[in-house]
Amino acid sequence: MDKFRSHLLVCTGTGCVSNGAFDVKKALEMELQKHKLEQEIQVIGTGCNGFCERGPVMLVQPEGIFYQRLTVKDIPYLVEEHFLKGRPVKKLMYSPTLKEDKVPLMRDIGFFKDQILVALRNRGMIDPEVIEDYIAHDGYMALERVLTEMTPEQVITEIKNSQLRGRGGAGFPTGLKWEFCKRAQGSPKYIVCNGDEGDPGAFMDRSILEADPHCVLEGMTIGAFAIGAQEGILYVRDEYPLAIKRLRIAIKQAMEFGLLGNDILGSGFNFNVRVVRGGGAFVCGEETALMASIEGVEGRPRFRPPFPAQKGIWGKPTNINNVETWANVPAIMLRGAEWFASLGTKTSKGTKIFALVGAINNSGLVEVPMGISIERIVFDIGGGIPGDKKFKAVQIGGPSGGCIPAELKDTIIDYESLTRTGAIMGSGGLVVMDETTCMVDLARYFLEFTQSESCGKCTFCRIGTKRMLEILTRICQGDGRAEDIPLLEDLARKISESSLCGLGQTAPNPVLTTLKYFKSEYEAHIYNKKCPAHVCTKLLTFTINPAKCIGCTLCTKSCPTGAISGERKQAHVIDQVKCIQCGQCFYVCPVEAIVRE
Amino acid sequence: MGKLTIEELRKIREKAKRSTNLRDAQGKAKITVHMGTCGIASGAREVMDALLDAIDRYGIRDVLVTTSGCAGLCSHEPMATVEYHGSPPVKYAKLTPEKIERILLEHADKGHMVEEYALAIGSEKMS
Ligand SMILES: Cc1cc2nc3c(=O)[nH]c(=O)nc-3n(C[C@H](O)[C@H](O)[C@H](O)COP(=O)(O)O)c2cc1C
Repeated sequence: MDKFRSHLLVCTGTGCVSNGAFDVKKALEMELQKHKLEQEIQVIGTGCNGFCERGPVMLVQPEGIFYQRLTVKDIPYLVEEHFLKGRPVKKLMYSPTLKEDKVPLMRDIGFFKDQILVALRNRGMIDPEVIEDYIAHDGYMALERVLTEMTPEQVITEIKNSQLRGRGGAGFPTGLKWEFCKRAQGSPKYIVCNGDEGDPGAFMDRSILEADPHCVLEGMTIGAFAIGAQEGILYVRDEYPLAIKRLRIAIKQAMEFGLLGNDILGSGFNFNVRVVRGGGAFVCGEETALMASIEGVEGRPRFRPPFPAQKGIWGKPTNINNVETWANVPAIMLRGAEWFASLGTKTSKGTKIFALVGAINNSGLVEVPMGISIERIVFDIGGGIPGDKKFKAVQIGGPSGGCIPAELKDTIIDYESLTRTGAIMGSGGLVVMDETTCMVDLARYFLEFTQSESCGKCTFCRIGTKRMLEILTRICQGDGRAEDIPLLEDLARKISESSLCGLGQTAPNPVLTTLKYFKSEYEAHIYNKKCPAHVCTKLLTFTINPAKCIGCTLCTKSCPTGAISGERKQAHVIDQVKCIQCGQCFYVCPVEAIVRE
Repeated sequence: MGKLTIEELRKIREKAKRSTNLRDAQGKAKITVHMGTCGIASGAREVMDALLDAIDRYGIRDVLVTTSGCAGLCSHEPMATVEYHGSPPVKYAKLTPEKIERILLEHADKGHMVEEYALAIGSEKMS
């Protein structure tokens, strides 16, 4: 084992796998064998590395060289050049743009440089299916310390002092939550890990579970010890098969090692966990709906209090935390509350993981210290906006969150600062938008999501969101009315005030924030029947500028309804009655003679 | 695998750490064997094999081995560079399996340069 001179860490997270990472890994192993290098160079499949945009990716250690966008075809050359002859292959390295030089080392790449990994500390470094890999990276060391040196009270004090807040969205202080559950009367007590992750476009929790399942199990075991629970449930959405598979392997290995189960590490403490697969409804991420779903009944929220800490699963005291919250726990117990509290801002400590997607060069998964500005995430880590487009806004917090416009790019990642803008921290969705996004259409998109995910229990959430969606749809179609803006505002207030759970309470946020920062776009749709971002097709008109048209007939050929006519080498015209605003002519015109308004 | 006691968990950690040290690029010394065409032709492969074998045989931990291309001095191959933590890199030339073993034991493991095999101290600037 010790003879290996190099480790090749091939990302096998879901993103890279969908781009062929398993094939690349297999080709790599075969090629190394061909050159008799398999005893010298070890190939390890890891969880998500984060730089999904460039997948499949691979890190070569100890050199730290980062290869990206690998294909099976690249492998023979790569193995011969780099691993046989020691000449790193430039053309497979990362460069920020086509013009810029290659950046060989992972630590020099902007995307990685500004990240601080706490919850994702082992990502890309360990094989998630090998418990020894986790143990070698100080895995189960925190548990060892907790079981031998600490009382449950001391563990809770440590978590309280770290000022860790829940990463599932609401940001409730974790230590306090544990204390409530510990003090609650009743037994047995349950520990739950919320891995429902329903925000569209978010994949933070999936990534943790795929890359480092043991850190979540270790966190839960520490929590169980502190609270006095003996049974744990991992609620993971069924759409995450790889995460579920790796979790099950991890549970089995931890059981075999006596790191889960009865008499853990000879301490007398018992803790058993199992995986429950969620059905995929967004609302099942809400804690009371989630508990109902675990009990096997319809996943619908109920009124709180009683809180889960008092009356949870089967009426017993239950402590629910998000996957990322649990992943932070072993790091805090190992490195101390003081260390954790030294990261971040006054009220928000540690780091936060974001799924960075949308109009951004480096999309992927990033873990950043609290207190970092939106501008630094978008430009330093995300590498800015593709093309020559202008940065317009970010949507943070998914369908429950809101948009923050480019003017407020100095806003820092901190629970309170984000709430002040009208958005929320949320669980980590961060969608970047450029000037080609229509903010009314964006609000309509999120409302469509929450409307269809509403469980229907509360009238305002069920019918109010439907009415809001109708209004937004008609605005986008050019049928907006003068009273629509006040009507949206009125409905928004009523829905958030009269809904039982967070789904309804926060559903209007995307509408309220776009109205707050981009009211003129709503007005352009309603009064001028124009979509300034040229997205809402019903509001577009296409005409031909006769001064520019060269009569090449390309547009005539592309038009699906035969709306364009004209002689060859003469200016063409568009029949507005026949035109369906599909935009084909606009894209094919070689001389930009088509005017889109 | 039976249930672990805390001592056993620690032992597994120590053992597993040895094989993942490399991955975390943590080590007190790094040996770079120059494996360009010229190096391979003059025996760099044998030097590499001997080196990996010796590391295993002596159970040496935290010494990393990597490869690089031709160092530009083809007539002096096989060559290797040793970077001991905190000291400037040293280039060794005309290596044999015996020489590399001594370099491993004296320089990479203990920090004493093997002067008689050394060619130069320091490295070219990279731009
Ligand atoms: C509609 C809705 C969906 C939610 N979805 C999730 C989810 O997918 N994952 C999650 O951890 N929390 C989700 N939550 C928050 C949970 O109710 C709960 O606050 C959280 O799991 C507590 O963990 P934490 O304190 O570690 O953040 C959701 C809440 C609402 C209202």
